[in-house]
Amino acid sequence: MSVAELLEGKRICVCAGSGGVGKTTTSAAVALGVAAEGAKVAVVTIDPAQRLANALGVEELPNEPHRVDPGRLTAAGLEVQGELWAMMLDPKRTFDELIERVAPDPGRAEEIKANRVYRELSSAVSGSQEFTAIAKLYDLDQEHEFDLLVLDTPPSRNALDFLEAPERLNSFLEGSTLKALARPAGRGLRVLGRGATPVLAALRRVTGVDLLTDVGTFFGLLGDMTGDFSLRAEQVEELLRADTTAFMLVTSAEREPIEEAIWFHRTLEHGGLPFAGVVVNRVHHDLLDGSEPEDVRPALRRTLGADLAARVADNFRDYHVLARRDDVNVDRLANALGDEPLLVVPQLDEDVHDLEGLLRMHRYLFASASEFEQLLADLVA
Amino acid sequence: MRSPAVPWPTVPSLLDKRLIFVTGKGGVGKSTVAAALGMLGARHGLRTMVAELSSQQRVQGLFERYGEQFEEVQLAPRLFTISIDPEHAMDEYLRVKVGALGHALAGSRLFQTFAMATPGMRELLTIGKVWELAQLHRRTRGASPYDLVIVDAPATGHGLGLLRTPKTFADIARVGPIAHQGRTIAETLADPGFTGVVAVATPEEMPVNETLTLCETVEEEELALDLVVLNGLYPVRFDRREVDQLSDALERSRSPLSRTALRAALAEHSRAANQREQQARLKAGVNGRLVELPYVFTEQLGPRQVEALADGLEQAIRRPRR
Repeated sequence: MSVAELLEGKRICVCAGSGGVGKTTTSAAVALGVAAEGAKVAVVTIDPAQRLANALGVEELPNEPHRVDPGRLTAAGLEVQGELWAMMLDPKRTFDELIERVAPDPGRAEEIKANRVYRELSSAVSGSQEFTAIAKLYDLDQEHEFDLLVLDTPPSRNALDFLEAPERLNSFLEGSTLKALARPAGRGLRVLGRGATPVLAALRRVTGVDLLTDVGTFFGLLGDMTGDFSLRAEQVEELLRADTTAFMLVTSAEREPIEEAIWFHRTLEHGGLPFAGVVVNRVHHDLLDGSEPEDVRPALRRTLGADLAARVADNFRDYHVLARRDDVNVDRLANALGDEPLLVVPQLDEDVHDLEGLLRMHRYLFASASEFEQLLADLVA
Repeated sequence: MRSPAVPWPTVPSLLDKRLIFVTGKGGVGKSTVAAALGMLGARHGLRTMVAELSSQQRVQGLFERYGEQFEEVQLAPRLFTISIDPEHAMDEYLRVKVGALGHALAGSRLFQTFAMATPGMRELLTIGKVWELAQLHRRTRGASPYDLVIVDAPATGHGLGLLRTPKTFADIARVGPIAHQGRTIAETLADPGFTGVVAVATPEEMPVNETLTLCETVEEEELALDLVVLNGLYPVRFDRREVDQLSDALERSRSPLSRTALRAALAEHSRAANQREQQARLKAGVNGRLVELPYVFTEQLGPRQVEALADGLEQAIRRPRR
């Protein structure tokens, strides 16, 4: 199964997974591959490595998609029929743009942007990246400029944060819970007024008066905009559930990320979200073909001498410890996935940080079944 | 580029602190390093807690234990772990700290929803629980104090955000109980005699970048970076002359097995060489002082491997003799 088949008919591909598994590079390689086959594709990256960012040219035009120079792609050895675009998300700017778009007039937008609660909200590390990533995805989708949008997700320990954090922020922005606690009074919630419920009285005791006043002012400024946030939230939810959307899980072959992928897949299934498949990066394949690592030693002793041959054998043995580890973990993942697609990218000789590296990944991700067999066979010299 | 000052004189006393945050990019082995530090603390006679966040339970897994979540679980003599969950922490805080009123709030769904949706609240509750674990007089009824609390913290950006949360809340709330609590916690975190930060990186571009950025930001945040751990360093098995020999042999050899083994050797050598470049970059950025831990070739990390990593750390952070 190749990524091209998995994404057939899809307009959005969300690459999710725990931190450090190669999400950014996988997203870029996926976008590159689909563009190569003739589509206009944009990849939204969150925090690419410097060299990858340079290679994609995303720093020149922050927060907007930017076409990757086709000449560079050709030079790297891939004829791209379509167009590859890339952008780097700027959460703060995305948040500000959202407010500017939704605010009834520029004055109100400025007031909100100057509000203390808003400033904390929009620059808080946790939550705002996830929220704005999805907001940007939604806006790009609305513009209908691209055949496919590939979204890299923010680095987090817990892959599920990506789904939960925007929901939390949304329910805060909608302010429904706070509205239930206090009655609106002009441009500010009269949270301290008469008729406060016992819950509110308790809340005031626990949080302090100023905090509630600030939050009240913030929601007063948002006013009717909270309704727009609710509406957007619904539309975003719809978009993520659409059958033209695909969640692709990315993992490495180590135990913990694999466990997380299994759990994430279960959650997607449970929540009825569209799942396309899993990419397992950096897999150490068994290269022994039935032999033992030790067999290398006598074979190489004459050419290399006993000492060097022994060290080559040691290295080969260590490699196969990891091959056994990966085999067990990938098997467990395959069992948990049932018939769902599972794609494997072997441990490459070098980390991926440029277009050449993306191309190496691309070969495995977009290979047909027979091509993939050949690639694996090539791993054994 | 200005190289950030790492306050090394404090390193020998890392285990004299009560609260240590272990941070670094995802996938660099924070949990393993946190567990190894925990083991080291326990070895030194300290009643030690390794706290995990966001409902993770990796540390229990490392010790082949699969016990209760959100409870303090003993792993070995003097070594404990807990997985901290914000909802659970809020419930505990309200009931224990706020009394009858707290009971009323804890029972209110409306309040629960509001609190959990408030940006930063989950972080505040999490760090509040961490702070509570490190107190001599525990709020939790019947709980004994810990000499050392090690936090398996979120990835670098989120980890710093977490440390910043109490101050943010104190600033926004200005007066009232949250402001007071926020300030108390912020002061504890800013006290280098009490709180320490350990950064973990693997010798790859992104983790090293994150650690170098961290070195600069901790300084701005007035926190102390106590230790940089370079984790997962591949051995350099071959010298330059030997690499040439291997390449020659690869060209000549006809045996598929030999060729595959030679290719694997050359691939790993190039990986190890790239790692050395990143190692040098990190070393330069932290004034040449860091602790290196080897890559552990194993099918499954367990107590024995954590033990070995603790040995590696021991040398670097041995307490001064008194």
